[in-house]
Amino acid sequence: MIPLLVICVYLLLLLGLGIFASTMFRGSSQDYMLASHSIGPFLLLMSLFGTTMTAFALVGSTGEAYAEGVGVYGLLASSSGIIHSLCFFVLGIKLWSLGKKYGYTTQIQFFRDRLQSDKIGVLLFPILVGLVIPYLLIGVMASGTVVSAVSEGAFSSMFAEYDYGVPNWLGSLVISIVVLIYVFFGGMRGTAWANAFQTIVFMILGVITFWVISDNLGGVQAASEAVAKRNPSKLMRAVAESDEQKYEKAFATWQSLAEFNYANKKADGELLTPEQKAKAIADYKGPPIGNWKARAEANLAVANNLINISIAEKNDAFIEQDDRVMPTEKPTWWDKEVMTGHELNEFHRNENAVLQAYEDPIYSKNLGHPNDLINPDKPELGNKWTRKRTAGVYRATKWSPEEPRAMSMLVFVTYMFIPLSVGMFPHLFQHWLTAKSAQSFKLPVVAHPLFIAVVWIPCVLVGVWATSAVVPGTERALIPPHFNPNAVLPFMVANMSGPFLSGLLTAGVLAAIMSSLDSQFLCIGTMFTEDIVVHYGGKKRFTDKQVLITARCFIIAIVAVTYILSLYEPRRVFTLGVWTFSGFSSLFPLVFAALYWKRLTKPGAYACVITAIGLWCLFFYMSDMALNPHFTVFGMMPVATMVPAAAIAMVVVSLMTKPPSEEHLERFFPKKNSQTTS
Amino acid sequence: MRYVVWLLVVALIILHQDLWYWDDRTLVWGFMPITLLWQGGISVGAGFVWFLATIFAWPTDLIEEAQQEAEGGE
Repeated sequence: MIPLLVICVYLLLLLGLGIFASTMFRGSSQDYMLASHSIGPFLLLMSLFGTTMTAFALVGSTGEAYAEGVGVYGLLASSSGIIHSLCFFVLGIKLWSLGKKYGYTTQIQFFRDRLQSDKIGVLLFPILVGLVIPYLLIGVMASGTVVSAVSEGAFSSMFAEYDYGVPNWLGSLVISIVVLIYVFFGGMRGTAWANAFQTIVFMILGVITFWVISDNLGGVQAASEAVAKRNPSKLMRAVAESDEQKYEKAFATWQSLAEFNYANKKADGELLTPEQKAKAIADYKGPPIGNWKARAEANLAVANNLINISIAEKNDAFIEQDDRVMPTEKPTWWDKEVMTGHELNEFHRNENAVLQAYEDPIYSKNLGHPNDLINPDKPELGNKWTRKRTAGVYRATKWSPEEPRAMSMLVFVTYMFIPLSVGMFPHLFQHWLTAKSAQSFKLPVVAHPLFIAVVWIPCVLVGVWATSAVVPGTERALIPPHFNPNAVLPFMVANMSGPFLSGLLTAGVLAAIMSSLDSQFLCIGTMFTEDIVVHYGGKKRFTDKQVLITARCFIIAIVAVTYILSLYEPRRVFTLGVWTFSGFSSLFPLVFAALYWKRLTKPGAYACVITAIGLWCLFFYMSDMALNPHFTVFGMMPVATMVPAAAIAMVVVSLMTKPPSEEHLERFFPKKNSQTTS
Repeated sequence: MRYVVWLLVVALIILHQDLWYWDDRTLVWGFMPITLLWQGGISVGAGFVWFLATIFAWPTDLIEEAQQEAEGGE
């Protein structure tokens, strides 16, 4: 309950800040959407940084480092430090100056004016909104997950199916309402203030968490040395030979379990005699967790050569044991070769299979309220298991061992295209326009990479250390196999700090989430109002107050739609995040050319947008609608094909079509500045 | 100096591809993986290069013009 109370206090503080910011509201739509261009360097830095750092900054970086090793920092963080500031510098300042000159509020207004095309807005509006919505969903859903995880056991009898904690849907709803309130009343100024406050919160709490966890692991040196000993691959981007050997051995053991289960099922559970079963259990040396009896019997069956199944049956057995989807048409090698672990991982896993764990007494016998003891007479057995822990035991004892994977060099290099997305984020465009003066950009440009380092390096180290942390006094891994990477940071905090710090850290994670959500909500409301309602309704038709009401109403509608969408398909949206960024990145050539290339034409811009989105849809479909998280194109990130293709289409079509008039271009490329600014 | 700044940005992008540390698991100071230290250094280097950019490559004329036009009206 303490973590929940800490979170509630934090949310109340945030609401207070939003209400305070609203007292400075000047009542006009310009003030609501752009804070009357009054944001100075510090607030601009905090709002830009807070907006670009989502849940991935704390939870995601730790989880990704746990799964992929220290290479994650280079993949996502240091590249962002270079590219984000590059976009602020090369695009942000120039767009700010044009916005100041011509009074733009949204990206689409700029493109309509620059390209002399009304229809470009019709094309871009659904694409931009369509790409922002999955981004919003990530935040809304992650907030519900985080609140639910930290409040486990907070209630005595309610919400048993949510481990007696706050249900995900309720957590998401509360966070959405809090963000909605301060965006609704405070507008851009409230958002900027809230972002500044929340950015400070999550940066400070991230560093505190790092020290508490490292202290509990015996210090930074002991924690890293444990990784060097147990999981050396996590300290680099290649796979260490020792990890490869460990995996091969574990996979062979798992294969024998899968084959035994298959053969035993075929023999109606009578592959072993009762005496053999008793002997197998008596001889078993491992921990009595999950379906350990099957493992004990498998050991005996293998030792006595009792498993006789064909190669095809073995492959069927592996698919079944690992809860993979059996192919409708089996490959030609199916009855000739036993599949490798790598081949097994190519088949989709049915994640819903884990629901069996709640029904199967083998896994669910200890399920209950996490504050109750399993057996009051034997307190050493510990507390009852949550549903998450029960599912964890199911995965850890049933599924195949995790294959160590080296990072692909081509993927690493081409990941540099992903941070280009900030160049086309509509919410960042709006933040750029809020700057009081161009001087305000200096601090964000310089400090952004340093802030990324302050947040990410401790998180990456904690994620890597988590791979090798052990239960004190034993050699048993603290975190079981197949652990959800997004739960690594909350798990480490919960196990290595008190409930108060746990609540504080959760508040920090929520801060990172909300500081992105608010800008996105505001931006979508602004786009709808300016680019659709006012643009097609006519500027004179609406009073400033009506414009303001429209923006606010649309924000409420968008929050409602996002919230409703968040109640469906919770698993796949996280993968959609990378696709969202890729979509925005593929539109980067358009904004760059619009600012720096006079020869860009209207048809060229259409070619760019259509190529970018066409390829995005094609690759998205080819990746099984984002089900395949390791999908590549020519061995590279899909975005590495999308960006050059969109750029080439834009250049070729522009060169083939009539250039814009000199008179029009003069507005965007004044002659006196052309030599020094481009 | 403006060109030097942009060359430094290109150098950062190249240095960021630290393929030479791909399979190096050395722990610097006993705890810091060498590739993480290198990439952290890239972030610090980026901060420094962007600081130079604000001094030597700042688009002053563009900014002044925007300011003047905004003040003078469209």
